[in-house]
Parts: sequence; C-alpha cells; structure tokens
Amino acid sequence: MTNQVLSCKNVGINFGGLQAVQDFNLTIDDGELIGLIGPNGAGKTTVFNLITGVYTPTEGEILLSGINIIGKMPHQIVRYGIARTFQNIRLFDHLSVLDNLKVAANKDMRYSIFSGMFRLGGYWREESEVTDKAIEILDIFDMGKHAYKYANSLSYGEQRKLEIARAMATDPKLLLLDEPAAGMNPTETDELMDTIMLIRNEFGITTLLIEHDMRLVLGICERLMVLNYGQILAEGNPRDIVNDPLVIEAYLGKGE
Amino acid sequence: MPRDKKLIYLINTGLVLILFALLTVFEASGVFTRYSMSIVRLVCINVILATSLNVTVGNLGQITLGHAGFMSIGAYTAALFAKTEVITGQGGYYIGMILAGICAGIFGIAIGIPVLRLKGDYLAIVTLAFGEIIRVLIEYFDFTGGAQGINGIPRMQNFSVMFFVAVICVTLMYSVMTSRHGRAILAIREDEIAAQSSGINITYYKTFAFTLSAFFAGVAGAMYAHNIGTIGASFFNYNKSFDILVMVVLGGMGSFTGAVISATVLTVVPETLRQFNEYRMIVYSLLLIMVMLFRPEGLLGRKEFHITKVVDKLRNKFGKQSIEGGN
Repeated sequence: MTNQVLSCKNVGINFGGLQAVQDFNLTIDDGELIGLIGPNGAGKTTVFNLITGVYTPTEGEILLSGINIIGKMPHQIVRYGIARTFQNIRLFDHLSVLDNLKVAANKDMRYSIFSGMFRLGGYWREESEVTDKAIEILDIFDMGKHAYKYANSLSYGEQRKLEIARAMATDPKLLLLDEPAAGMNPTETDELMDTIMLIRNEFGITTLLIEHDMRLVLGICERLMVLNYGQILAEGNPRDIVNDPLVIEAYLGKGE
Repeated sequence: MPRDKKLIYLINTGLVLILFALLTVFEASGVFTRYSMSIVRLVCINVILATSLNVTVGNLGQITLGHAGFMSIGAYTAALFAKTEVITGQGGYYIGMILAGICAGIFGIAIGIPVLRLKGDYLAIVTLAFGEIIRVLIEYFDFTGGAQGINGIPRMQNFSVMFFVAVICVTLMYSVMTSRHGRAILAIREDEIAAQSSGINITYYKTFAFTLSAFFAGVAGAMYAHNIGTIGASFFNYNKSFDILVMVVLGGMGSFTGAVISATVLTVVPETLRQFNEYRMIVYSLLLIMVMLFRPEGLLGRKEFHITKVVDKLRNKFGKQSIEGGN
C-alpha cells in the first residue's frame, strides 16, 4: 500500500447516457510499466483523460500517492506529478526544441513577471538553471544536437521522442503514453522501446501506456490490462493475456 | 549575465541611440519639417499600439478587434488626470501615462476573463462589441465630455520623450515575451491542450497577455491624447482597431520587429501618398493586397529580426565562433 503511485477505484464516466468507462479499477505500484490495450473505441484514451483531469469522472475516485485528484484542473494535476503524451503528436511547433522543454519546466520556476520584464537576478539564475536541466534531459534522449531547431523540423520519430522528453521535463511520478508507436516503422518502434526502457532505467518513472503494437507491448510491459466497451476484460501477465480466449474474442470475434 | 547577451544588449542600445541621433539631426537641420516630425511622433504611438496588439494576436494567437477601446480608456484617463492639474508638467505626463496603462489594464482583466473563454471568430466579434461598448459609454457619460470629447489637454509633443517611451514599451513587452511567462503564452498559441498538460495555467496566462496588451494600448492612448490635445470618442471606433490589426498582420503575427516596421510603414505611406488625393486609399489598399498575396504570413512571419544573426554572419565571415541561441 505504501508505494502505490496511482489507484483508480470504480471510476466511471457517462457522456449523456453513453457509459464510456465503467467500474475501472487500477492500481499501479512504484516503478511498474503497465500496458493498456483494447479494440478501437474501448475507452483507453478516455481513461487517460480521466486520470489527467481533462474529464471529471461521474463516479469513483482517483488517488495519486494517496491524494484525491478528482476535480483538479489538468495543469494542477501536472503539478501533482502526472505527465502525458498524446495519440496525435502535440508539440509547440514554432518553438525551439529547448523551449518545448522549458515550457514544461515553467511550473517549477518562480521568478515574477516583473523580474522577467526588467531582467532581474532571478530571471538569469532560473533561466540558466532550467536551460541546463533541459539540455541534460535532451542529452539523455540523445537530442542535444537539435536543441535550437524548431520542433516541427524534426522527423516523426524524433517528434515522438521530444514529446516524451517534454513530459519528462515536468518531473513526473507517473508517465502516461498514448499510443507512442502509432505511425512508426519497425526500426522507429525499436528505438522507441529503447527510449521507454531508458526512462525506466534512468529516471525510474512509473509508466502506463496505451498501445496497439503488440510487439512493443509484449516486449516491454510487465503487466497488461485489456479494456473493452469501457470495462476491464482481463488483467495480468502479457503472455497469458494474449492467449486469453476472452481477449481474442474481443479483438477478432467469435469463431463458429 | 552571459557575455554574448551583454554584447547584444550593447549593440541594440547603440542602434537605438544612432536612430535617435539621426532623427534629432534631421529635425535640427530642417530635413524633417514640422509636419514630418508630427508623423514621426505618430509613428512612435502606432509602434506601441501595434506591438501591444501583437502580444494578443501574434503571441497568444487570439484575434481581438477591440484594441482601440483600450487605447481610448488610456487616452481619457490621461486627459482627465491632466485636467485635474494635480501634478503638472513632465511628471504629470508620466504619471498620467502609467495611470492610463493601469486603467486600461483593469478593463483588460475585467473584459478578458469572460471573453477569453471564446476563440477565433467568436472572440473577434465579442471584442469588437466590447470596443464599441466602451466608445458608446464614453459618449454617454458627462465626465468624459460626452460626444464633444475633451479639449485643451496640455500638449506634450517632445519627440525625444515619445521616442524613448516607445522604445521602453517595446523592450518591456519583448522581454516579457522572452521570459518564462512569454514562453507559456507562446505555448498556448501553439497548442492549448499540450500547454495545459505541461502544467500551464491557460486562463491565467491568457488573461495576463490580454491585460499586458491593454496596459500598453492605454499608454499609447495617453501619448495620443497629449500629442493631439483634443480627443473625441468617435476617433476610437472599430476602424482604428482594424488599422492596428492590419499593422500586426502585415508585419507578421508574432513578430515584434515586424510590427514595428509595418507600424512605421503604414503610418508614413498614407501621409506620403497625400499628393495623390483621392487615389490615396486605392494605392494603400493595393499595397496591402500585394503584401498579402506575396507574403501571406506577413513581412517577417513569426521570425524576429535579430541583431544576433547579423553579428553571427559577420563573425562567420571572419571565421570566428558563432553566438549560440536566439534572442
């Protein structure tokens, strides 16, 4: 109980009569890497939106390290330590790669508007601190050489990586990755798997990821959770899950 | 402060001083007539207006059409303050200017909080409406002089004062926009959802950008009131708002240097075209159409003209190390 990072209890949301997610229970222990899979429209992204405060659940509770985060605004939840990426890349296209990370560090910066306006001591101190920290993160992701390029000038794979790096720059306890391998070729997926393993090894961050690419899911996830029609269908060891007749049925339908 | 930054600050300050010296010499030697100098003063005011609108339109990425409303609040605040004659002369001018900014800023917060929930066309129309409401209210009340406006505002047509006020205003806005607060505002322009999930409080920063923009519009309004000496509410109608917006769009949304350049050009060109009389507006509109056809992103797009880049190129030419980073 002590090192539980996230715990969702009977979480559900109802969009005007449509029960998108129902009785969703999930506990993630510190350092775990969990995969959330399911057919299209199963409610996986809705779960992410519930955890990050984009939607407010109509029932249940979500605890982050024992603190109830329901009803908090998305930007407040980031302060509590949940960072996420998006299914379709959302970068700050016309900002430099470095600035993308510095935006994420904004919540930990303290200098005032006045200090920024008149370039007082606090500005120089914090800016150089944050720049160093951002470059450090970029170097870990092997993107230091791109620091001063526009984010939209990067290749697809690198943009994905930058999105993860930006999430890491918010200094999270829990990282949510929404289909990180979407649209990637096998080589890029391999690189992505390395990146995700890197996050685990270098930062020791707890990760929850949505993914359709079974190679990635089976390759790195320690535990899988299958969602169908907003309900948990199965949960457990990845190898057992893919052989579960219920899961196969949800994906492929029932054989005659 | 890093050494390279210091050098850039020095160069920029130097360039501003050179420009100032040039203008002063032109004025003293009579190259610039009294009439020319009145246009230069107008340029100073329009530069502040364009750069302040650039904060909301270019950096925050929200089109607003009520900028003249904030300008009028500033103008009336400064005029009424000057009329009370509590503090006269230069000191009164500066205090009036700051009061004008604060008043416009307060209106900025009051209007911004409800209005900024909207986006795009809706926001544009609502701000247009608020601009008109401000104008109509000014005409309605007695203490603002009603439809007759306010006459006999102490004149303040000192070119050097106006030049440096404009320089300071632009510098302050630019330095906010390159600080962490400005980065947050740019992030909101790029992607609101991503900004929010990076821990940016969207409502706060949107209101802040809107207020900052209103503050400096107020300052420009105060300068305008003291420059002309007579103000009437009808001057601050939506046409004025559009004029300012055109400057920002033409210069490139999000570029301060672009806004400064286009504010200058769009103030000077209509005046120089006066000799063509009735064809003046045709030429002016053709110019706008041409720019939008050939450079739809505006003169400078989102880019800034950085002296750093010039220094960089010069250094590279002489085979020395280049300065890293922007700004």
